[in-house]
Amino acid sequence: MYYLYIVAGLALLVSFAVNREKTFKAIKIAIKRLISILPAFLTMLILVSIVLFLVPDKVISNYLGVNNKLVGVLLASFFGSIVLMPGFIAYPLCGILLKKGVPYMVLSAFATTLMMVGVLTYPMEKEYFGIRVTVIRNVISLFIALVVAIMTGIFFEEIF
Amino acid sequence: MKRNNVIKIVGISGYILFLIISFMFGFNPGEEIGYNFVFFSADMLKILPGAFILIGLFEVWVRKETIEKHLGEESGIRGYVWAILLAGTTVGGLYVAFPVAYALHSKGAKLSVIFTYIGASAICRVPMTIFEASFLGMKFTAIRLFVSLPLVVITSILLGAYLRKRNYEMARR
Repeated sequence: MYYLYIVAGLALLVSFAVNREKTFKAIKIAIKRLISILPAFLTMLILVSIVLFLVPDKVISNYLGVNNKLVGVLLASFFGSIVLMPGFIAYPLCGILLKKGVPYMVLSAFATTLMMVGVLTYPMEKEYFGIRVTVIRNVISLFIALVVAIMTGIFFEEIF
Repeated sequence: MKRNNVIKIVGISGYILFLIISFMFGFNPGEEIGYNFVFFSADMLKILPGAFILIGLFEVWVRKETIEKHLGEESGIRGYVWAILLAGTTVGGLYVAFPVAYALHSKGAKLSVIFTYIGASAICRVPMTIFEASFLGMKFTAIRLFVSLPLVVITSILLGAYLRKRNYEMARR
């Protein structure tokens, strides 16, 4: 987070020293693009706020702890896909679930879908890439997450 | 005004009205949704300005030929390596990767490379990966990376080829 602003600040300074006009143009582009995506971004935030109210951490923990591993993986993929949360919340949650005995493969399905599959980022993604590509990319990502979960299960000897 | 925009404006104003009423009358679910909204807005909005400034600088300073050479049609396997390295340094999440991928593509990066970038920035951002390993162990993280990265590259190549056949064009923003 901080290094983003250190890098952006330094880049802006260097750019300004070399060519003022180009730097102003860059800032103009930055503002224009940021504003053009804000409505989709706002839609996403509204969806996030509602979904996280309907599906809080506690509910997710309960469902991920089911006895059947395969059902656990499917539920984890479902929750990971529809929810959006930053890593600093998601991983401590996974750590707690691991200590509670939730299998690695279930956590893997949850973590991977959380990061790769974005039902809530749909409004933004479709603005850039269109509906078709957005749907295909998310389906592929879900598939990848399931493969990763199965491989995790195999390596941790949770299945077979 | 387009119908979609009308729906959006009605939806957003309805949402805001709902939050205001909830806070006025102490309606718990509404208040919680309001707190969620503020928390996630703050978390994401602090990243966006920095990311877009870098995108703006990228647009004015980086030559199209450079991107075409390293990430374009002729880039070969190096293009994917660059995409993954760049993804490792990305902050935030998908919502930052999309505009960056868009900027790269408009400068000549090929489709399969930008989809690799998007996928990789979801799964191997460096700070996040370290954080994950500290909670779930190195083995867990290593398996996840070694299984998912090749799949991301392969599926990106397939998706890129499919879209090129359909003459896919990204919307101009």
